Amino acid sequence: MHGLINRAIECFVRDTYGDARWSETVRAADLDTDRFEAMLRYDMQVTERVLDAAAGTLGKPRDDVLEDIGTYLVSHPNTEALRRLLRFGGVGFVDFLHSLNELPDRARLAVDDLNLPALDLRDHGAHRFSLTLHTELRGFGHVMIGVLRAMADDYGALVTLDHKGARGPVEEIGIALVEPDFARGRSFDLGARAR
Amino acid sequence: MTAALAKLGAVLDVLCPMHVILSGSGHVRHTGATLQKLCPGRRLTGMAVFDLFEIRRPRDLRTMDDLRRAAGSKLHLQLRDPPRTAFKGVVAPWGDGAVINLSFGIAILDAVRDHALTSADFAATDMTVEMLYLVEAKSAAMEAGRKLNQRLEGARIAAEEQAFTDTLTGLKNRRALDHVLRRTGRAGRPFALLHLDLDYFKAVNDTLGHPAGDHVLQRVAAILVEETREKDTVARTGGDEFVLVLQGPADPGRVARIACRIIARLEQPIPYDGRVCRISGSIGISLSGSYDSPDPGRMMADADLALYTSKRQGRARHTIFVPP
Repeated sequence: MHGLINRAIECFVRDTYGDARWSETVRAADLDTDRFEAMLRYDMQVTERVLDAAAGTLGKPRDDVLEDIGTYLVSHPNTEALRRLLRFGGVGFVDFLHSLNELPDRARLAVDDLNLPALDLRDHGAHRFSLTLHTELRGFGHVMIGVLRAMADDYGALVTLDHKGARGPVEEIGIALVEPDFARGRSFDLGARAR
Repeated sequence: MTAALAKLGAVLDVLCPMHVILSGSGHVRHTGATLQKLCPGRRLTGMAVFDLFEIRRPRDLRTMDDLRRAAGSKLHLQLRDPPRTAFKGVVAPWGDGAVINLSFGIAILDAVRDHALTSADFAATDMTVEMLYLVEAKSAAMEAGRKLNQRLEGARIAAEEQAFTDTLTGLKNRRALDHVLRRTGRAGRPFALLHLDLDYFKAVNDTLGHPAGDHVLQRVAAILVEETREKDTVARTGGDEFVLVLQGPADPGRVARIACRIIARLEQPIPYDGRVCRISGSIGISLSGSYDSPDPGRMMADADLALYTSKRQGRARHTIFVPP
């Protein structure tokens, strides 16, 4: 698994719950290192162990932890660079949704060995969409729910999201856009730069 | 004509929002919305094209005829108004006038910031927003790589500080020597300290260069290792300074023989790159048997004194320190 993914889990725990909780997680997962390097690769097993350990130390179901990670990635000040990269996907939320099909390609443009799950967005009309993921990381759909919820907020759109379950490596998310311009949203200035 | 202008303008507004339509007299008749946005508070329509832009290349382009003749080739131009935004441009003749289409080229990063441009300011097919995405993505990835490098560099320095080996010669370093002396002192075992300082080494460095100097130091290291036993310690403690710790009962006669042999071998010419390097060595010695309770720090100081005696007496010799 790419170090960026493991590092994201680590930063989520550190930034949200503090370094002590992260140390607990490291012990529970029996890791060799107490920090992940974003630009290295790790065994898939390590990622699974860290996620399970984090769920244990935080006292939450694993799916909830994954969704919180997704929200964190878009809304925390430390990950502003990522929010900006996602906002390049579209001018409005619907535009952004359609850009998800090319998200893995966009990710590869930035980091050429980062393989995100293949995403397939379908537009069912009447503001209803479904997003199918093909992922080797069980529960990645919950991360996407967190990301989508936070991005909807960012664009000022009101949506309902639900995880329709998994069939093997395939997970599906239902998306209903209740109100595209519900709130003002956060600004996105093309020329600004994240720190 | 006006109807034709309106039609062309409507098409170009969608396809290239940074275009200018010029009349035969070189006056602006219509511009795309983005270009107008770059010049707030100024009405572009009606302006003379050469008042609006400075054409940087080709340099001799001064008239409308020049412009029309430059059709199809790349122009470099910039706004005369501050912040003097730079463009690439291309001209196509139209009627007796012309159309110029502009793009930011590599100045895009500044332009987007200076003019608060948004995705809506670019044509739907324009790659600019993708390029901005790439610039940010690249910066983020570089930043992650830079942080990793910094941490690796920190780890390398820490590892080096903890290292016991002199990287040039492979001998022990000062740190390792201190460690050996502490251990030997605590164990109370007899030992001899030899402090060796090379003679004429500076001359080798100065006349034949540092690579020759390094080669000599490596040769000296090999000699010292050959002349000592496995259980002894050979350390390089300075540029051309070495310390030997010989374990075991220190009989002055035996230690003196070792010192003589080392000096004799150091004096054998060392070939380097077609030249010959000649050095020698001065040695100061202290023996644990000379003290009631041998202290490595004291013995080092005494070996130093003995070394300076050797130097003073003409170098290329050894001196054994005798406590008063």
